Amino acid sequence: MIRIANGQGFWGDSPDSPLDQVRRGPIDYLTLDYLAEVTMSILQKQRARDPEAGYARDFVDVVGLVLPDLVSRNVRLVANAGGLNPESCRRAVLAVARRQGLEVPVATVSGDDITGRIDEFLSQGVEFLNMDTGEPLSTIRDRVRSASVYFGAFPIAEALAGGARIVITGRCADAALVLGPMIHEFGWQTNDWDRLAAGIVAGHAIECGAQGSGGNCQDDWASIPALADIGYPIVEAEPDGSFVITKHAGTGGRVTVASVTEQLVYEIGDPRAYLTPDCGADFTSFHLAQDGPDRVRCTGVRGTPATPTYKVSISFASGFRAIGSVAYAWPDAYQKAQAGARILRERVERLGLSFDAIHSELLGANACHGIEAAEPSPELAAQLPEVVMRFGVRSASRAAVERFTKEIAPLVLSGPPSVTGLGAGRPKVEEVMAYWPALIPKSLVSPVVSL
Amino acid sequence: MSQLTKVRLLDIAHSRSGDKGNTSNIGLIARKPEYYPILVAQVTPERVKQHFAGICLGKVERFELPNLNALNFLLHDALDGGGTLSLRADPQGKTLGTALLRMEIDVGGAL
Repeated sequence: MIRIANGQGFWGDSPDSPLDQVRRGPIDYLTLDYLAEVTMSILQKQRARDPEAGYARDFVDVVGLVLPDLVSRNVRLVANAGGLNPESCRRAVLAVARRQGLEVPVATVSGDDITGRIDEFLSQGVEFLNMDTGEPLSTIRDRVRSASVYFGAFPIAEALAGGARIVITGRCADAALVLGPMIHEFGWQTNDWDRLAAGIVAGHAIECGAQGSGGNCQDDWASIPALADIGYPIVEAEPDGSFVITKHAGTGGRVTVASVTEQLVYEIGDPRAYLTPDCGADFTSFHLAQDGPDRVRCTGVRGTPATPTYKVSISFASGFRAIGSVAYAWPDAYQKAQAGARILRERVERLGLSFDAIHSELLGANACHGIEAAEPSPELAAQLPEVVMRFGVRSASRAAVERFTKEIAPLVLSGPPSVTGLGAGRPKVEEVMAYWPALIPKSLVSPVVSL
Repeated sequence: MSQLTKVRLLDIAHSRSGDKGNTSNIGLIARKPEYYPILVAQVTPERVKQHFAGICLGKVERFELPNLNALNFLLHDALDGGGTLSLRADPQGKTLGTALLRMEIDVGGAL
């Protein structure tokens, strides 16, 4: 049995949890997941400003923190912190190790960044059809900023077999960070579909950090203990593909069939065909059972053969946006916020600028759910102590969005009373990246493992 | 004699929601195995589409996970363009899971 822990569910997650995972109980592998669609667009902007940037810089600090314990406890680290620049990330990590006087073999998995090869592939007849809309990439070709292939777990296993103690990848399937160590330890083959799928299900259960061990959990949330000291999830993996989801003893949070189920149904599509680079996983095939306190055992995962394509995530410039807010206080907070939104919309429309979207919502009333069933009753609306009116625009024109940002503050003096601008000043104009999911034949791209 | 009884999904289910591009996924999980058939019978894609009128502009797909007593819904064109584009306070639809729990269903003598 090997123990594989998650210590980071996204870039921005708690800086303490990686060290907690290493110190507060036994583990063999620490995995850290930094990349999401939103993250890729941030990394792309950073690399555009500085060719040495484009990876998750927080990761370097984390390595500095955990490295002595990783070495003394013989724990290996696998992270997709490389983002768009795994080699720069490795240089930074090696510099940290040198400063600590430690010799650590660090591998990278790259080759996923195909930003500079798009035209080559287009000329070979790859259309990069949008998986959601079916449109060809040519419609937005001139706006493409980055393109990353999602690689699988085998390159990670290869790096581990080569002796790497730290593996830094670019884009790969999130669950591959967990499956990679299993392939390496158990010698699973490329056609062990059921076991590969089991590793994917295990990876999916822990890849979002504490969301797999009682965080953001709907089921009886108020009784979940010690969320301030939540233990991040750990997989105890067996060579036959069965596994237990658990967390270190003495930590907060909760691992129950209900909490694990919430994570397993998170961000999936057709559960019979959860496709990854290494296999398909059938999320309707397995059985979960409580196996003691904070332990859930999963058995019977079935897999299907891998497809001949990799998924590609392409980011492209999609205009600009700005969002501003003001807060209205009792009495009539709700009605004032509605009036403020109406006034602002009228003023913005009168500017005669072209906006792709104008959106207002009332925080404290019905911004999150946004549906009719969630509208406050007139009695409740009249009693609300305060309501935040949030207003945003999106446009292909930076100038139009810039002009909009000058409309929020005046509303405080020229609109309904008992209002505060929240001390925020003018909203910032942000460049917006959109995502274009597509496929590429596996024969055209190969992961590069470097140690 | 059977009588129609209304309950909110909140009382018999829990949920988690996430995003893929402009599509919201909502996993809906029965609190007890015996509630799962009720979810299957009552929480149809058509009702979910109607429940999210104004939010979900595309189609609603539903998938069954009887092993987890859960349904998975895909709400297409439901996130104002998706996480990076959206102007909403909840650009990734993280709270749409609980929005679904507001739905009232008839359970008859089943509870």
